[in-house]
Amino acid sequence: MSALRLDIAEKRYPAQAGAPAREIFHEFRLDVDDGAFVVLLGASGLGKTTLLNIVAGLDRDFRGAVRFDEDGKAPRIAYAFQNPRLLPWRTVLENVALVLPAGEEGRRRALDMLGEVGLAELADAYPERLSLGQQRRVALARAFIIEPDLLLMDEPFVSLDEAGAARLRALLRRLLERCPATVLFVTHDSAEAVELASRIVVLEGAPARLARDLPVALTAEEREGEAGHELRRALGGK
Amino acid sequence: MSAAARLGLTATSLLALLLLWQLAAWWIASPLLPDPAAVVEAGMRATRTGVLPSSIAITLGRVAASFLIAMVVGSAIGILLGRSPALNELFGPWVIVLLNLPALVVIILCYVWFGLTEAAAITAVSINKIPNVAVTLREGAAALSRDLDEMARVYRLGPLATLRHVVLPQLVPFFAASARSGLALTWKIVLVVELLGRSNGVGFELQTAFQLFDVATILAYALAFTAVVQFIEVGLMQPWERHAGRWRR
Repeated sequence: MSALRLDIAEKRYPAQAGAPAREIFHEFRLDVDDGAFVVLLGASGLGKTTLLNIVAGLDRDFRGAVRFDEDGKAPRIAYAFQNPRLLPWRTVLENVALVLPAGEEGRRRALDMLGEVGLAELADAYPERLSLGQQRRVALARAFIIEPDLLLMDEPFVSLDEAGAARLRALLRRLLERCPATVLFVTHDSAEAVELASRIVVLEGAPARLARDLPVALTAEEREGEAGHELRRALGGK
Repeated sequence: MSAAARLGLTATSLLALLLLWQLAAWWIASPLLPDPAAVVEAGMRATRTGVLPSSIAITLGRVAASFLIAMVVGSAIGILLGRSPALNELFGPWVIVLLNLPALVVIILCYVWFGLTEAAAITAVSINKIPNVAVTLREGAAALSRDLDEMARVYRLGPLATLRHVVLPQLVPFFAASARSGLALTWKIVLVVELLGRSNGVGFELQTAFQLFDVATILAYALAFTAVVQFIEVGLMQPWERHAGRWRR
């Protein structure tokens, strides 16, 4: 696992094709404890994905710094994108084994992991033949097989029906029990936030700021019950 | 339509063409338009002496060599230009100039500068094809998925694995397009190169037949060579494309 200290002095998108220049973050700070499950909640277009991309090192065009644990070792980062981003020309098994060193050992581990997410039978299928829910499971398997210190998730369960999303949330909790990781989870669904988070950060405005920062110390039952209901209402959800 | 029905239709269509040719040959009744039987006979004659098979083999060798060189060099240039806007600004116009240079000019210049050699012949054909490949692959490289590239970077796939699993599969349709048009272009230019500066191969034999006004032999060589190229297309290119596209829904 890995703690995270995010310090963005400035991140802006230049004016482009008629759209004016936008400042996304200004003097933005976020510290995440080791092992926390932080849900970033906020309307679309606020810069939640940009934030994940900065943490992942995909977006280096900003002023500021991303620091991980003090020991200076770069953490293993896994990223579950909004689209599963599987390679359509590789089988499910190859897609998962891809992120491991090549070889028989990697294939075996990938197959085990596919069993874990309930897709062992589809190991030799190509991703385009899978449903979106199944593709998202493959993406989860790919994320967890590297045993990440830090797991970034960008609305990973969006566009699924409620039952399917609930099954995937349960799967995510199960995988995290077996393989703990610090999680940064972006969503605009407050119910999803209440179910999963150990801390909920609500972003607002442009440039984005921390509007609210709520630790969530509830058991699974409490999240289902009145306390969870209360919290969802407080976050402005149903 | 089933494969058998399609094959039947193709055969019927070709048979109709053959019939038309036969009728035209009867109508004109001149050695300048021999009928199919005469062409087959000319082909058999050239096969018995061994000249036709060896000419086709020699020409195919040249086609293969220049095709391979053009694909490798053209792909490398195209991918480089597609990935780097700066390089494309600098060298894109060169590609356009090469693209519009007549094949004949390139051939003549190669023979003038490098002599009437095998190397000059193959270089000339390659140079004619390289800009086509480069332009096609540039399109492909410019359209590579940023999403998948980011995935590869986050999961630290490394440059070689990224090339093999992420980049090249996206370029397969572009390789296929340039290989297909490339094969057709290459073998036509090889014949011209042989006619102008080589002393063997199908192009050279065609030149000899031309000087004798031996139309039957010309047609025999043309048909035999077309058949070989068609065989390569159906027997090699199409199965490879099917294999490369097996993941498609």
